[in-house]
Amino acid sequence: MSNSFLIILGIITPLFAALFSYICRYNNNLRDSFGIIGGLVTFLISLKIFHGIQNNEIFQITFFTLFDGVDFTFKVSALGSIFSLVASSLWILASIYTIGYMRGAGEKNQTRFVIFYSIAIHAALAIAWSGNLLVLFIFYEILTFSTFPLVGHKQNAESQSAGRLYLSILVGTSLIFFLPAIFWIWLETGTLDFQDGGILINQFPAEYLSLLIAMLVFGIGKAAIMPIHRWLPAAMVAPTPVSALLHAVAVVKAGVFSFLVVIVYIVGPEFLLQTKSSDWLVWLACFTIMASSIIAITKDDLKARLAYSTISQLSYIILGAALASSLALKGASFHIITHALGKITLFFCAGAIYVTAHIKKVSELKGMGFKLPLIFFAYTLGALSIIGVPPFIGSWSKFYLIMGSIEREFIIVAIILGISSLLNIYYLLQPVVIGFTQNSRREVKLTKAPLTVWPPVITGLSCLIFFFYANYFLNNVSGVIVS
Amino acid sequence: MSNFIYFWNHFAFILLMVGGLFIIITSQNYLKKVVGLAIFQTAVFVFFVSLAKVLDGTAPILTKMENAYSNPLPHVLILTAIVVGVATSALGLALVLQIYRNYETIEEKEIQSLELKSDK
Amino acid sequence: MFNIFLDDAAALVVVLPLLISAIIAFMPSKIWPWIISLVTLVLHLVLSLHLLKEISISGLIIYEFGNWEPPWGISFKIDGVNIGLQLLFSIFVLISTFYSRKIFLSEIDSRDSGKAYSLWLLAIGSLNGIILTNDIFNLFVFLEISALASISLIALGAGQNRKALLAAFNYLIIGAIGATFYVIGVGFAYAMTGTLNMNDLVIQLAQYSDGQLAIFAGMSFMLIGLMVKAAIFPVHIWLPPAYSYAPSAVSTLLAALATKTILYFFVRLLYEVFIIYPSYLSLFLDFVLYPLSLLAIFIGTLIAIYQDDIKKLLAFSSIAQIGYITLAFSLKDHSGITSGFIHIFNHALIKGGLFMAVGYFAILYKDRVTLSSLRGFGYKYPITSFALLICGLSLIGLPLTNGFISKLYLFQALYTNQMYFSIALVAVSSALAVAYFWKIVEQMWFSEIKFKSEKEDAYIYLPIWIITVSIIFFGIYSSPIIEFSNLSADYLISGYQN
Repeated sequence: MSNSFLIILGIITPLFAALFSYICRYNNNLRDSFGIIGGLVTFLISLKIFHGIQNNEIFQITFFTLFDGVDFTFKVSALGSIFSLVASSLWILASIYTIGYMRGAGEKNQTRFVIFYSIAIHAALAIAWSGNLLVLFIFYEILTFSTFPLVGHKQNAESQSAGRLYLSILVGTSLIFFLPAIFWIWLETGTLDFQDGGILINQFPAEYLSLLIAMLVFGIGKAAIMPIHRWLPAAMVAPTPVSALLHAVAVVKAGVFSFLVVIVYIVGPEFLLQTKSSDWLVWLACFTIMASSIIAITKDDLKARLAYSTISQLSYIILGAALASSLALKGASFHIITHALGKITLFFCAGAIYVTAHIKKVSELKGMGFKLPLIFFAYTLGALSIIGVPPFIGSWSKFYLIMGSIEREFIIVAIILGISSLLNIYYLLQPVVIGFTQNSRREVKLTKAPLTVWPPVITGLSCLIFFFYANYFLNNVSGVIVS
Repeated sequence: MSNFIYFWNHFAFILLMVGGLFIIITSQNYLKKVVGLAIFQTAVFVFFVSLAKVLDGTAPILTKMENAYSNPLPHVLILTAIVVGVATSALGLALVLQIYRNYETIEEKEIQSLELKSDK
Repeated sequence: MFNIFLDDAAALVVVLPLLISAIIAFMPSKIWPWIISLVTLVLHLVLSLHLLKEISISGLIIYEFGNWEPPWGISFKIDGVNIGLQLLFSIFVLISTFYSRKIFLSEIDSRDSGKAYSLWLLAIGSLNGIILTNDIFNLFVFLEISALASISLIALGAGQNRKALLAAFNYLIIGAIGATFYVIGVGFAYAMTGTLNMNDLVIQLAQYSDGQLAIFAGMSFMLIGLMVKAAIFPVHIWLPPAYSYAPSAVSTLLAALATKTILYFFVRLLYEVFIIYPSYLSLFLDFVLYPLSLLAIFIGTLIAIYQDDIKKLLAFSSIAQIGYITLAFSLKDHSGITSGFIHIFNHALIKGGLFMAVGYFAILYKDRVTLSSLRGFGYKYPITSFALLICGLSLIGLPLTNGFISKLYLFQALYTNQMYFSIALVAVSSALAVAYFWKIVEQMWFSEIKFKSEKEDAYIYLPIWIITVSIIFFGIYSSPIIEFSNLSADYLISGYQN
């Protein structure tokens, strides 16, 4: 099976999954199975590609020329192989979880949900494997448009206004900042292809690099740096499988992935370090990390709390990209995996709590730990990974980020990362403490939804187990670093 | 001074043209605007026909007797332009008629106030 | 047998619609004028394709009327510059005539069908004449015929809203002033050179090596007159009311093609004839056309944001788009002219599609289509609304649509000439365009009203979708348009000898 064919197959499979889900829309079991089957197929393909990248194989395919110097190509980079692995593996689990959640919560319009879910995954994979900035932009927009019906799924007034905010912020920033930045890059260099070491060095005027970085970081709205972060908490009105997808797998990861890819393969870490143009971004990212952690503490709604935690964690990745030293980039790339695993665990648990016990708020979790032991177990695992405690996988990425900031002599940043971990301990573990230490006086009727419980347990355990296999991933990540 | 007399047709043209434009711009009455347009266009026609005149030349129609004829090409062009001007004036007048039928008036101020009222 | 027909294709392209226009003028039937028009325009398309074939072989066609040799006779010239436009013209008028069946006849009295289509064909024939003519006075004639036909067509909208009469009258006065200015310029040119043929004009003007005041005056009059007709800021005043109160089918035809043909002639005049005096040309382009284009882009977009009436919004957006085209043409180099022609093609398609979709809403709603009247239309008429969405996205310049390609080439041309301020201005107004487009989208899909989708008329959404599909097609496979535009620029820049 040729390498180019693998790329096409990987990108088309989710579309076929959507198609077959539509065809089998009257048979619930059959319809929902296509997400799982599609996930398995894409996971196997992503795995093969991941291995191939480790062995320095090339995965590339070009379709036609769009315009001068820019073709419609797909080319898997080291970063891209990581992102696609994360997306496809978690799709399998998310599909299983979706079955449990949607049926347990009695949601309507499940076919529409499954179809757009699959299309969103397709867009995420295409972003991961895009060969140049324009192809990335096209699928970035497709991702926005395909996740929009998912955000507004419930179709009540709250969902609609959330959907509108979602669309307007993401499309607005793309059109006003991201697209002009792409134009600018093309005008200066004549190409938009991703290359090791970046294409801007010696081609782009160094004095404008800060401006370009600003346009990129504010234009890639899915990376949710402040003040472009408002859409994330608003999108929490969506059903939890969407939140899990948005916050762990597809949308936000596509955002930080895009930014990371632009820094590594378009701007080039060397150019960035030479001109120190992203130092301001280091401070903005730190501000976002601290501010969103503080806001997270004040939130009683569990999903809102997790949303602000996500904003904070995304800025870790942006911070790593802005620091641009080899350790920092290693940390940022690895954080894509670690945060995905940890966050999806937390969101799965939040959804499971809602489906089984109909609880949304942290304060109402009194004593639930005893009634929902497995869920709380998984939640604890995920939380510890996000906090960055060994032996959880999250500790590796935090470690590299702290090392990276020290490498660049930003000691204060390292301290801020440490303080952020402390804040994480507080707001992430508080639900666990409440769940196990206080006794609830009321009787809560529990709905059985086993399919919502096992996925988070699996991902939570992965956070623990993969700690010991971190090198497996880190080898790919070192391919990211230049000089 | 001699220039003024030698190029008198230019000055006449400018006076007529500006006069026509002035009428178009300042009249409140649509019918007067059409008339102003006609004056403006006529000024141009007069100018070009006057340019076509050859010293001691007569109308450019072949006869057996004369030797010098005025340049016929501008005459032909202006004939075409006159036809166009006639059509324009006719259309303008037809429009004024329809405006009158619809608004009961052809004064610009009154029509504007009518439209403002109906917008509210 | 057809050869007799095809030999005179260059002339027939213009004469055929005019002839048929006379025939159908007094037909009492409601549907036959439309059918005959459609057949005529199919023949028109065949003739245009034949001309394309001829051009690909010989590269140039000069058609002399009455076999009078130039410079005495009037001639039509078809070469690499206008063949692309001719083809676009033929295809688009066919599609919009097909579209006009339901739209036109519901906005005018059915007894007037014969007269309406007669005017329609008159407008088409004369606009085509503007594309092909090689004689500057002949241009005036066609300019006026098209103006008179357009004015009458616009006035037909009085059945819906009597402001159409005022708009038509305004257009009459302002257009006639512009055309007369043009004639003054022609007269000056004739007085100094003795010829009206554009090719000959170049030769004759060359004898005045440093130019004379009379010639400059004449050139200025001609250019200003054409600017009035092409709705370049600030003499664009007649356009918004005219396009918004006209019947929808008429707006479609005029918005897409009328100003474009005049812009084409404008650029031909500038770069083929007036190139003889490069200093004058630079003066005009740098100090008149360039700043006015920037103003048109910025102010047109700004005013469009505050419009409630959708057709007026689109008309002001057209002013801004014409500004893009003239900005590209004012750059004086190959890339500028190429991007100008690319945008002429693309904008004709985009505006045509937008006005077609809005026209459908206009006859459904039976009143002025305002932002509030569009509430929920996204659900009620999904097929047409989706086409409107895509055309609007192309207007903003989203990748995968042809509007993106235009913007790309425009940016590249501006960048090559180091006009960074213009790049910033164009980028800002593109961002502003998102504002007025977002308002429309918000009303159509995000308002609280949800309708059930209704059956839409295939006669209407079919032409709209043909245009929409071509917008996406040319967004992905943009080579034909870029090739044609490059060809036009090659002909214009390299200097063309008869």
